[in-house]
Amino acid sequence: MRYFTSEFLIERNKDRCINCGACARQCANEAHYIDPDTGEVKSDETKCVDCQRCVCLCPTNALAIVKNPNQTRENANWSQQAIREVEMQALTGGILLSGMGNPKPYPVYWDKILLNASQVTNPSIDPLREPMETKTYLGAKPTQLEFDENGNITTEMPPMVELDTPLMMSAMSFGSISLNAQKSLAMAAKECNTFFNTGEGGLHKELYPYADHAIVQVASGRFGVSKEYLNKGKIIEIKIGQGAKPGIGGHLPGEKVNGEVSRTRMIPEHSDAISPAPHHDIYSIEDLRQLIFSLKEVTRYKKPVAVKIAAVHNIAAIASGAVRAGADIIVIDGFRGGSGSTPTRLRDNVGIPIELALAAVDQRLRDESIRQNCSIVIAGSVRNSADVVKAIALGADACYIGTSALIALGCNMCRTCMTGKCNWGICTQNPELTKRLNPEEKYKKVVNLLHAWNHEIQEMMGGMGINAIESLRGNRLMLRGIGLSEKELEILGIKHAGE
Amino acid sequence: MLKKEGEVRIPAGCAISGIIDRKGNRFSGSDVIQSIALMHDRSNGLGGGFAAYGIYPEFKDWYALHVFYSSVDVKNKTEEYLNANFSIEMSGRIPTRKVASIKDAPIIWRYFAKPEPGKLISSEKTEDDYVADAVIAINSTFPGAYVFSSGKNMGAFKAVGYPEDVGEYYKLDEYDGYLWTAHGRFPTNTPGWWGGAHPFTILDWSVVHNGEISSYDANRRYIEMFGYDCSLQTDTEVITYLFDYLVRKKGLPLKTAANVIAAPMWEEIAEMPEKERKYYTALRQVYSSALVNGPFSIILGYTGGLMALNDRLKLRALVAAECGDKLYLASEESAIRVVCPNPENMYSVEGGVPIIATVDGEV
Repeated sequence: MRYFTSEFLIERNKDRCINCGACARQCANEAHYIDPDTGEVKSDETKCVDCQRCVCLCPTNALAIVKNPNQTRENANWSQQAIREVEMQALTGGILLSGMGNPKPYPVYWDKILLNASQVTNPSIDPLREPMETKTYLGAKPTQLEFDENGNITTEMPPMVELDTPLMMSAMSFGSISLNAQKSLAMAAKECNTFFNTGEGGLHKELYPYADHAIVQVASGRFGVSKEYLNKGKIIEIKIGQGAKPGIGGHLPGEKVNGEVSRTRMIPEHSDAISPAPHHDIYSIEDLRQLIFSLKEVTRYKKPVAVKIAAVHNIAAIASGAVRAGADIIVIDGFRGGSGSTPTRLRDNVGIPIELALAAVDQRLRDESIRQNCSIVIAGSVRNSADVVKAIALGADACYIGTSALIALGCNMCRTCMTGKCNWGICTQNPELTKRLNPEEKYKKVVNLLHAWNHEIQEMMGGMGINAIESLRGNRLMLRGIGLSEKELEILGIKHAGE
Repeated sequence: MLKKEGEVRIPAGCAISGIIDRKGNRFSGSDVIQSIALMHDRSNGLGGGFAAYGIYPEFKDWYALHVFYSSVDVKNKTEEYLNANFSIEMSGRIPTRKVASIKDAPIIWRYFAKPEPGKLISSEKTEDDYVADAVIAINSTFPGAYVFSSGKNMGAFKAVGYPEDVGEYYKLDEYDGYLWTAHGRFPTNTPGWWGGAHPFTILDWSVVHNGEISSYDANRRYIEMFGYDCSLQTDTEVITYLFDYLVRKKGLPLKTAANVIAAPMWEEIAEMPEKERKYYTALRQVYSSALVNGPFSIILGYTGGLMALNDRLKLRALVAAECGDKLYLASEESAIRVVCPNPENMYSVEGGVPIIATVDGEV
């Protein structure tokens, strides 16, 4: 016997329903089924995850998924969710798992920061009339250039990569998402001259044509890592941590490790792919340096090496250490960052907001005069172009987008990625589901999203009288806090609105 | 209470003017005063100033420190520091004449000084670095003392008032220099502080500037990584430090520094032949945070020359004209014609394209 009721109700408008059975065919959770006796379509709402697939595909708009009004007695301390989680654990004895990023009502600092615009003393710039530059180079830059007697530059430039827009796709592995989903992101990255990230899943051969737009990840399980893999990508990213689960590794259950996943990850079919919590060759900062330089050696110093760390309490010192260890790009993943599967307690309680982490890291690197030695890329819930502009003004070079890109592919954020039953064909390896996502069609949605955001970034920059993104980077005077304490303003390094 | 310059960032519109004799012949400040005076309406009486080069030939090997003091007490304390760290050849009040509109003058003192030799050696700094560091130290650690000029054989003169009154006040018609720049200020807030007027200087670099840059904080946070302290929070201060850093400390040719500060657009760079494309790409990659964005027109003065530069979109007016050995620059054409009615050629300074004029031979 279950102790709790379903979270949602499926409302079927009988006047509209024509019993076509589309909903039953679409639902991998089997929340809809055709009654074998009557031939009528029926529902089992206990299985519904509110992914909206049936609602969107119902040809007669007969369906609605609504919150179940049947609730336990109201209690400000013991929410329905809190009670349900205890019941779940009493039932299973297991660790609670969740999909996507932290949904708890923690402060979202992006929403407490306001942008500036020019009035009178300084003209705003119209991006329709004037060039508005969003080109960004990622990688370490020399502190200075040296010239010979003829004025030619003699400095050898370290490897850098060029982005047309300060937006890249976050690490999402083949395994955690479908090949079709990853391919859509890869195609979009190529078209927009930016990057997608393989995550810790290797680079499938089908994505080799997009390898010039790939960031290849090296994580603690080393899945899919080979000399060829490292040399295929344009950037190598060492993943130390992830915002959705700082301090722990990853686990791709064996049932998701089908033939293609197994080949790409270089592991036996149907074996669990377990990424350990730490890298077993990195137990301290000097070990990180060795890995960074091993990767640089194997790629002949032609590729920038990024180090991705979760935003935790001591983030500024850790980032500084990573730069001094040779990282060309520091990636900070905030505690609202997404995940295909993460222990709920960790996701909801470990780490700090990306806004504060970014502000602290950028300032720390400047205080140590080493900001120039790396680029800063942030991740962990960048929801729109205004978040991007605020991030760059706080000091970021570029932003990763994960959840937003998946929403562009059709994700409705039902947050049950860990079940492998994604009806949108994104977070699943079931061929019946993955074929629902056609990369040729869906990549255009991601391209649209990137273009739309880039236009908006240009509009906001123009409003501030800025026509090159580097003049926005770290330009905190363009930001004002609203409803923030002195301490929060101090950490963000911004003034309050009205100051 | 209104905050003074340095406690708050005050945007300002302005007029600028500059004259150089490329043969190095010295002439009085009267012309540049007349030129800046014509643009009276571009300032609002809240700041005016001048930089003059070649005015102290008899002390050309000494750093000329011009200092504002708010009280005798501050002056005594600062002089203790100066005496401990410098050999002072001569010092005294900077001569002024009474002008009705110039009020609340601080104590204005001038020192011809060289670094104290023992201290210079033990500091292991170059003479210039030693002096620049001392200037920054005085300005940040002696409240009420402000060194507003610190170059050799040059000097800045500034005050709260209209520039023509400031010129009159400092008797600039009695000085002779081969290069003069002038500034009339239109701040959008009342500073009421003489140090806030322009030009802004460090060593022999002086900048007069018209505009309000939108990249201020990006530039400030960049340059502060290299030991500069932007205590005044003004555009001019940060632009001066950028040039000082790029040219004096990093050895960039002046034109290259201009190509960093007003960098060509990426779309222009894409059209260049390969060698140039690589060159400009490297400049933008390495010095991206030194790009100055938003409207500005500046005249940068230094020993033996000047450079005029407009922002790359040409969002501020700046006109140049040549007549014989002289090159004239001003925010408005009329401000040139008032002192040089028939120049040989007159043209608008192009956005992002520096005009560099140097004096032949030694100055």
